[in-house]
Amino acid sequence: MWRKIEEKAFYYLMVISTVSLGFFLLLIVATIVYRGLPYLSWEMISQTPKGGYYFGREGGILNAIIGSLYLSSGAVIIALVISLPVSLAMNIHLKRRKKLVNGLRFILDLLWGIPSIVYGAFGFTLMIYLGIKASLLAGIITVAFFILPIMIRSMDEVMKNVPLSLIESAFALGSTRTEVAFKVMVRQTFPGIITAVLLAFGRGIGDVAAVLFTTGYTDNIPTSLMQQTATLPLAVFFQLGSPIPEVQNRAYAAALILTIIILVVSISTRYFGKRFRKTLIK
Amino acid sequence: MALKFRKFKDRFSSLWIKIALFFVVLLPVVITLSLLYKSSVVLETNGLKELLFSSVWRPLAGQFGFWPFIVSSLWVTILGLLITAPICMFSAIFLTQYGSARLLRFMQPVIDILAGIPSVIYGVWGILIIVPMVGRYLAPLFGIESTGFSILAGGLVLSVMLIPFILNILIEVFKTVPVELSEASLSLGATKWQTIKFVVVRKSFAGITSAFGLGLSRAFGETIAVLMVVGNVVGVPKGIFDPGYPLPALIANNYGEMLSIPMYDSALMFAALILLVVVMFFNFLSRVVIIRLEKKV
Repeated sequence: MWRKIEEKAFYYLMVISTVSLGFFLLLIVATIVYRGLPYLSWEMISQTPKGGYYFGREGGILNAIIGSLYLSSGAVIIALVISLPVSLAMNIHLKRRKKLVNGLRFILDLLWGIPSIVYGAFGFTLMIYLGIKASLLAGIITVAFFILPIMIRSMDEVMKNVPLSLIESAFALGSTRTEVAFKVMVRQTFPGIITAVLLAFGRGIGDVAAVLFTTGYTDNIPTSLMQQTATLPLAVFFQLGSPIPEVQNRAYAAALILTIIILVVSISTRYFGKRFRKTLIK
Repeated sequence: MALKFRKFKDRFSSLWIKIALFFVVLLPVVITLSLLYKSSVVLETNGLKELLFSSVWRPLAGQFGFWPFIVSSLWVTILGLLITAPICMFSAIFLTQYGSARLLRFMQPVIDILAGIPSVIYGVWGILIIVPMVGRYLAPLFGIESTGFSILAGGLVLSVMLIPFILNILIEVFKTVPVELSEASLSLGATKWQTIKFVVVRKSFAGITSAFGLGLSRAFGETIAVLMVVGNVVGVPKGIFDPGYPLPALIANNYGEMLSIPMYDSALMFAALILLVVVMFFNFLSRVVIIRLEKKV
């Protein structure tokens, strides 16, 4: 008797927990849409803040949108330059040295676990040491550090599964390691690389703690790497701290814009992952 | 000629790979050393013991006691983990043991999108939903006045943020339990739930612990979402309805004044160092357990 009750009780608890996952996602998105949508206007996404913006007058947050896109794209490019060779090396050049590769994976997993605020603090010390002021460049470097382990490990996970026979047959035909890497490995894992890039882009665009110290904040769209820049998450955070209701409402609208960007990135990650799978050698 | 050029390309890319590898291996060392170097000033003048266990926080007088912040961080982290633990366990078991592969395929995007939502969005959501809920309904239930900006609000927001993170690891952990084991248990007459309780969960106990270990270190370092709802009042919190001031929030809130008060920057870098050490410690242990687990399979 008790057994049956226990069985049923836990079954329903499990169903409730699973359903609650969808519920939380809906609740969060619905809250942001409900509060943000009424204040979302063309003006918000097409103009930079005008005089008196922070007292509720006209203007938008184009500076933050562009700033965030610059920041995250720049960081992804820098991180790609470092992460692509590392993940390729782990799966081609060092393929036979299992211990070394596993050690590298361990270090990367540890790096992935470091909170972004620590990267921010580190970026700040590095910035002072190198004598760079708070700028787009400093932000890009800090975010690149932060997304580096994410990118390497996600690419590595895909490259790990490329069959050894494919690589070996390329070697047998006389290819150099570089040719195997770029003409076989990169092509074979292209969907995975795109996924990794988009994943890192999403992480970079949504993070505040890493850029809090390093990018500064400005109402202008940056025109050079050495200028300060605004970012979307920071715009949400700062405007929400304002005592003026209109400015707070704009924070909700900015939050909605950020959410939409993240959802678009997230959905295109899935789309690209499926789309390019057709061209692969099975 | 062609061969020469191919060899040159190969040598060039080898060099590029070596530099990149060197960079990655060096990064954690450089991060640790630079934070250690920066916080050495405050460590020399105040001493490690006083920094960690004193609750006197007077930056202008050069007194930095991190105890209130450490306690706040612990409260928020543990509360977040406690709330999230049953949800993660139940849904991970359901998705791997009861549900079909189709259900898991359907739920995976939901989990991934939850994981991708930026922490500032979780913070906004916390201010709009969680804080009023705590202030208006939960606190009066216990007969306590609270603005809602409290340890509990921080823990609640954190618990939702942790769900996708921990759940993904738990799903992987439960997948490693061999089907034969649970089938053997079922054939002996055990019910499905008994099988889960005595076979599946027991078999993957190490993996579960490490999943929560990773969750703990993730929670400990979470900054913006917690900062937005936790109240940020310096002082050792006495209950879950009191406002708190976790370590990451301290760093994030004070970076502006960091350079205008002597030793303040050093103290904040020390806070970052504490975060780094705690997070690395739990990450290290959990990863070692997970690697052992993967070897067994």
